[in-house]
Amino acid sequence: MARIDLVDLAHSYGGNDAAPESFALKPISMTWRQGGAYALLGPSGCGKTTLLNLISGIVTPSRGKILFDGVDITLRSTRERNIAQVFQFPVIYDTMTVGQNLAFPLKNRGVPKVEVDKRVAEIARLLDLTADLKRKATRLTADAKQKISLGRGLVRSDVAAVLFDEPLTVIDPELKWQLRSKLKALHRELDLTMIYVTHDQTEALTFADTVVVMHDGRVVQSGTPAELFEKPAHTFVGYFIGSPGMNIIAAEVKGREARIDGHTIALNCGYDALPAGAKIEIGVRPEFVEVAAPTAGLLKAKIDRIDDLGRIRFARVRVGDVKFAARVPGRFAPSEGCVGLKFDPANVHVYADSRLVEGAA
Amino acid sequence: MDKTVNQKAWFLVLPVFAVVAFSAILPLMTVVNYSMQDTFGNNQFFWNGVGWFKELLGPSTDLGSRFFASLWRNLFFSAVILAIEVPLGIVIALSMPTKGWTVAACLVILALPLLIPWNVVGTIWQIFGREDIGLLGYVLNHIGLHYNYVANDIDAWITIIVMDVWHWTSLVALLCYAGLKSIPDAYYQAAQIDGASRWSVFTAIQLPKMNRVLLIAVLLRFMDSFMIYTEPFVVTGGGPGNSTTFISIELVKIALGQFDLGKAAALSLVYNLIILIVCWVFYTVMTNAGIERPQKEGVA
Amino acid sequence: MHTIPGRRIIMSLFLIFLLLPIYWLVNMSFKTNSEIVSTMTLWPHHPTLQHYVRIFTDESWYSGYINSLEYVVINTVLSVSIALPAAYAFSRYRFLGDKHLFFWLLSNRMAPAAVYALPFFNLYSAIGLFDTPWAVALAHCIFNVPLAVWILEGFVSGVPREIDETAFLDGYSFRRFFLKILVPLIASGIGVAAFFCFMFSWVELLLARTLTTVNAKPISAIMTRTVSAAGMDWGLLAAAGVLTIIPGALVIWFVRNYIARGFALGRV
Repeated sequence: MARIDLVDLAHSYGGNDAAPESFALKPISMTWRQGGAYALLGPSGCGKTTLLNLISGIVTPSRGKILFDGVDITLRSTRERNIAQVFQFPVIYDTMTVGQNLAFPLKNRGVPKVEVDKRVAEIARLLDLTADLKRKATRLTADAKQKISLGRGLVRSDVAAVLFDEPLTVIDPELKWQLRSKLKALHRELDLTMIYVTHDQTEALTFADTVVVMHDGRVVQSGTPAELFEKPAHTFVGYFIGSPGMNIIAAEVKGREARIDGHTIALNCGYDALPAGAKIEIGVRPEFVEVAAPTAGLLKAKIDRIDDLGRIRFARVRVGDVKFAARVPGRFAPSEGCVGLKFDPANVHVYADSRLVEGAA
Repeated sequence: MDKTVNQKAWFLVLPVFAVVAFSAILPLMTVVNYSMQDTFGNNQFFWNGVGWFKELLGPSTDLGSRFFASLWRNLFFSAVILAIEVPLGIVIALSMPTKGWTVAACLVILALPLLIPWNVVGTIWQIFGREDIGLLGYVLNHIGLHYNYVANDIDAWITIIVMDVWHWTSLVALLCYAGLKSIPDAYYQAAQIDGASRWSVFTAIQLPKMNRVLLIAVLLRFMDSFMIYTEPFVVTGGGPGNSTTFISIELVKIALGQFDLGKAAALSLVYNLIILIVCWVFYTVMTNAGIERPQKEGVA
Repeated sequence: MHTIPGRRIIMSLFLIFLLLPIYWLVNMSFKTNSEIVSTMTLWPHHPTLQHYVRIFTDESWYSGYINSLEYVVINTVLSVSIALPAAYAFSRYRFLGDKHLFFWLLSNRMAPAAVYALPFFNLYSAIGLFDTPWAVALAHCIFNVPLAVWILEGFVSGVPREIDETAFLDGYSFRRFFLKILVPLIASGIGVAAFFCFMFSWVELLLARTLTTVNAKPISAIMTRTVSAAGMDWGLLAAAGVLTIIPGALVIWFVRNYIARGFALGRV
């Protein structure tokens, strides 16, 4: 169990002298709580795997420090860090049985046999692998093999954190759900720090207490799933999370009003001190925009189509050139191609240069 | 990948079948023919049934004793060079640089002996081992070892073995290297995390993953060494005496030297049969080893 | 983690081991015969190009190289072209006797050349191809065609079936699909197969010598002609040997990146 601190950590695969913009991981400082369940979420190439490998020690950072429980372990080898990592595809030792696979990390550290057998049995029970202990590891299915990979990490009682690098990639969809639940149960039972890298927001939002969204080598926002959903700190977070993602459109904002296409929307807060020359946009989730019959007081939009998802319907519309998604309330059926959009001011956010601006109440 | 059943595929295979059959079956038919006949010359043949085979496989006849002697020489030779070349090849594969221009440089130098015509290989070592004009012979004799591959049986054997190791170890090394390169980094990273020792990484990860290529390498080396002809022929000509006369050399002597068609044919068939059996055994082991292993672990 | 301690020393020693005899040959090729037999020097004290000049100007010598190249090229082109459709068939289809046919092909790769020496001698004399590059080229097909089929089958199997199916759906005839789509996709495989065919044909001696006498004599046979009244012409022999290594060295040099890349892809 460990608290992990990152102090001004940055990494470039091209060496320390590479251009700052080309860094795979731009300088970041943050703290990972002991026993927390974190998800590192972001699209391919955003730096999440780099960050994970820095924490596990597979990669040595170009800059900055990593502390485990306050101790600087930046230059320590992977073996000395007491972390466990589960990779994208199952990594097992072909020649060994399941039991021998699980025992391997303990044997390498000289743990006495009695202790080894005890731990192996315990972990096997936790992962439902007890029946397979004597079978050759290569003969099992992919999800069982991933469990073995996980088990090898958990079997060490001093493990500080468990890192997952998109571990469900090769698992069948039905089994993905089972494994995810198993991981969450394990987290509760073992109280370990777990860091889970994924590009799938559903995985991230269901697994983690805290989701860390990354984009282009930077941490864009870190918070609970609810915070990320209701108050995205960056347009990227708004767009990436939620299905469909947040609507973002350029606007002129003054005081408590925003003007889009000549139409005015009321805002909940006052925005007087917007940075000059910045790109001003407003963002609002489709859940908080309603379509209605087109009247003079509402922003006009053309309908492309309506997606019926069963318990909710979304209309895909267009405001000028910008694509928008909006909720279709109850029985509403649009008569022509045009509708009006009603905004819920409490959930309309203002962004300057893609960053959230806090308004005055 | 599922294959569909399609008998018309035979058309695609026909050219290959025709060419190889022409080169293989026709001559083989002649060989079988000759193996069962005797001649007094003048192209007059009469039936000899299994006479030649009896003579070949009977250890007391001249032909038989020559055959068995050369057979033992071949088996001993193949065993020795396998025992040297396979571990050495693995060690070399593990010693390859990991990145940079040195990788290509090493690959080129390693491949070089493989591309030298076999008679030139023989010539190189023939010269190299001589005391008067060869560096090796000169140095060995000058530090007190009396080394003469022409007159001394053991020296001749050592020369041929060292020559083969020089010639073919690279093949084993390159095959093993290919096998090693196919191991994804994640395995090594996981081993680091598991705290595995260097030896464990070798036995638990590298060796199992090299299984398939090692089998191919052993098969190829056994076959080629069992059939070896040119290199030893150039260096020792089968001598001194017949201490390095392998089956192939014996066979060519009988066939093209003495024109003893019947004996040569019988020897050819038995020689071919031995190889076929070993080949079949290896093939079955290889394809079964492939079946035992389940679907490859999915890689995204 | 991938490598072993002391690997630099091990590799260096082994590379020196490989290069030493070759270096010695090159060394000798630049020496006069009198220097060779009278002294033992690590480099030529009186370097000479006389042996190389002799080879390049004497037709009976350089014709040997040309003859060798002739049958090697014929064999490589022939082997690879007929192996391609067969490799496709083995990869994509199951047909009557396919496993047995594949095994029979492989077993021919393992055929001892010595066994075929005499029968080929008779066969090719009988059909009048004796002493032509075609005889040697066809004879080498026994080992090269199965090898080419084996290598190419592996590469064709690496191309997903969906590509074939898409092409046929798009209206490609089989021939057009094969030439315009499949061949470019397995270009590196064709390169590897051609390389191995070239290699095995270039280095083979027994059959090449058995099937030729005067017109199509390969360089390997000519090299045995270096004994004269004045004793063994070592310098000439060495120079001839060096010249046979050069095509091989050139070929590896040019494909070295493909080899390195091919290994990185994990395809044997």
